[in-house]
Amino acid sequence: MLTSYRDALNQAMREEMRRDEKVFLIGEEVGYYQGAFKVSKGFVEEFGPKRVLDTPITEAGFTGLAIGAAMAGLHPIVELMTFNFGILAMDQIVNNAAKIRYMSGGQLSVPIVIRGPGSAAHQLGAQHSQSLEAWFAHVPGLIVMAPATPHDAKGLLKSAIRNPNPVIFIEAQLLYGTKGEVSDADYTIPIGRAEVKREGRHVTVVAYSKMLLLALEAAEDLAGQGIDVEVIDPRTLKPLDVGTLVRSVKKTGRVIVVEEGWRFAGMGAQIAESIYSAAFDYLDAPIVRVTGEDVPIPYTRPLEDLAIPDRRRIVDAVKKLLSDT
Amino acid sequence: MSPSAIRHNDRVERDDLFSLYRQMLLIRRFEEKSAEMYALAKIAGFLHLYIGEEAVAVGAIAAIRPDDYVISAYRDHGHCLAKGSDSGKVMAELFGKVGGLCKGKGGSMHLVDAKRRFMGGYAIVGGHLPLATGLAFAAQYEKRDHVVLCFFGEGAVPSGQAHEAFNLAALWKLPVIFICENNRYGMGTPVERAVALYSNLTDKARSHGIDATQMDGMDVLAVREVMRKVVDVVRQGQGPHFIEAVTYRFMGHSMADPAHGHYRSKKEVEQERKRDPLVVLKQRMLDQQMAGEDDFKRVERSVSEEVATAVKFADESPFPPPEELYIDVCL
Repeated sequence: MLTSYRDALNQAMREEMRRDEKVFLIGEEVGYYQGAFKVSKGFVEEFGPKRVLDTPITEAGFTGLAIGAAMAGLHPIVELMTFNFGILAMDQIVNNAAKIRYMSGGQLSVPIVIRGPGSAAHQLGAQHSQSLEAWFAHVPGLIVMAPATPHDAKGLLKSAIRNPNPVIFIEAQLLYGTKGEVSDADYTIPIGRAEVKREGRHVTVVAYSKMLLLALEAAEDLAGQGIDVEVIDPRTLKPLDVGTLVRSVKKTGRVIVVEEGWRFAGMGAQIAESIYSAAFDYLDAPIVRVTGEDVPIPYTRPLEDLAIPDRRRIVDAVKKLLSDT
Repeated sequence: MSPSAIRHNDRVERDDLFSLYRQMLLIRRFEEKSAEMYALAKIAGFLHLYIGEEAVAVGAIAAIRPDDYVISAYRDHGHCLAKGSDSGKVMAELFGKVGGLCKGKGGSMHLVDAKRRFMGGYAIVGGHLPLATGLAFAAQYEKRDHVVLCFFGEGAVPSGQAHEAFNLAALWKLPVIFICENNRYGMGTPVERAVALYSNLTDKARSHGIDATQMDGMDVLAVREVMRKVVDVVRQGQGPHFIEAVTYRFMGHSMADPAHGHYRSKKEVEQERKRDPLVVLKQRMLDQQMAGEDDFKRVERSVSEEVATAVKFADESPFPPPEELYIDVCL
């Protein structure tokens, strides 16, 4: 059925909360307000306020509470209104969630999902527009996902909820209203598996979250000009499915990695390094990165547009890579 | 009451007090030995000793059930031992050996004994108070009647995470008891230079609507008595409680810090040592003619044997094999 990304997330959580009493949802405005982006619409009515918990605006406090509840055997889903506010919970996520299994020598687990939107929407200003996936992917002990399609969002969120590790699940405000085919069935998508979203021969474009949609649009433009682009969505950023990337590189010999986040020490730098390490000999040209600019995201529209990758920049990068080599 | 019944009751009380005394003495001797092992470089990194504060852990944990939760900060040996963890496994953890509670991967500040519901020592000041609310939330969510004891120093009291935890615990009436061990110094900074309203830290909790009690943290019987009442109330679901245990750390902040240092005088430390919880309890038992010096010597021997056995176990346990490096990062 044609379903929005928002409703796909809603289905995933609803199915898992029906399946397992230990699963609960906690965060700002997740209950009676129905979620700041309406992802938990109808939840407090179906599951009640004991399982759908509105919190005060204290990210460290409620994220830490959820981590403690997970240590005691529950399976919390923490909704961050946006990942920008997750910065306030970084101590809990990095020092507690990510390390408790290791520090305890495997005695304790933290089966928690921390989800919410990352990246920019439109003119929300510097403090509400950040792409922070590289921060989380850097930390051992965390799984990081950033699905782009409603189908992937539902299947991966269900896998995340059933997984015994802490999972950072990054959505995007501009994806919530996008639609795609989603099955009503109880399906999951394996963690750590990329998907070839469009097959092609000339160049591989790796893109995730809302950058995937831009990459697919760019590929369509380029197809009209006789350029055959393969588009791959890692879906899970950590662990990264290097195997699928390498198979594509062996075919195309050229790679462009697209990300909205900042260039310096960004996620794309790691994706490129992983490809270099595994498939250097198959590359016909250096890997090209299309990234956000290294600036705080400005409010004003003309400058904001310059700070974030768009379809045209992906098209130009592909053409330049092919003409240079 | 018949004379034999009186004698029986006396014996029960005597055994009970000796059990508290032995636990405190075990922590004391265990830590003195670990300081020695630190000097011999068998223990490395940070080592924060609890010496002087034993009555707080022992008295409080004596007031709960084995299936109740305890969570602590980085000065955690005392809480872990009082929760019943094997002293050999604790020592082996300090040695970084595979026979340690956490296979040597946690260390002194991150002891965990999940089977005994000792949920860990945490080394970011204030960072484990939210975890404690979560353990309590889980008990409430699953309609279990467990309580959580959360130990921390007075240095954590002004932290933001502590207040976020106090607020949520009060708001949702969570079964958690926050036990502030006020040893008067956060590392070298005295409480009056770190906390507004320092003269009564319980006011901090009361400002969140949490019932709070200040108690003498050097008298194990007083601690247990206060805690029994508090645990009863909290177990009944009436919400959290905050305890300020007034205590003192006889040693430095860590092994890197001499017993007094620049921030407090030798005289002050000597003065406080007169309130030594071991001396307080022993004197009471002697005064009440419950026990003689010989009885205390027997306890001393038994503890010293246990500590020697713990060191032997830690010494003989191997270091973890290289492949252990990658185990338990993710499941």
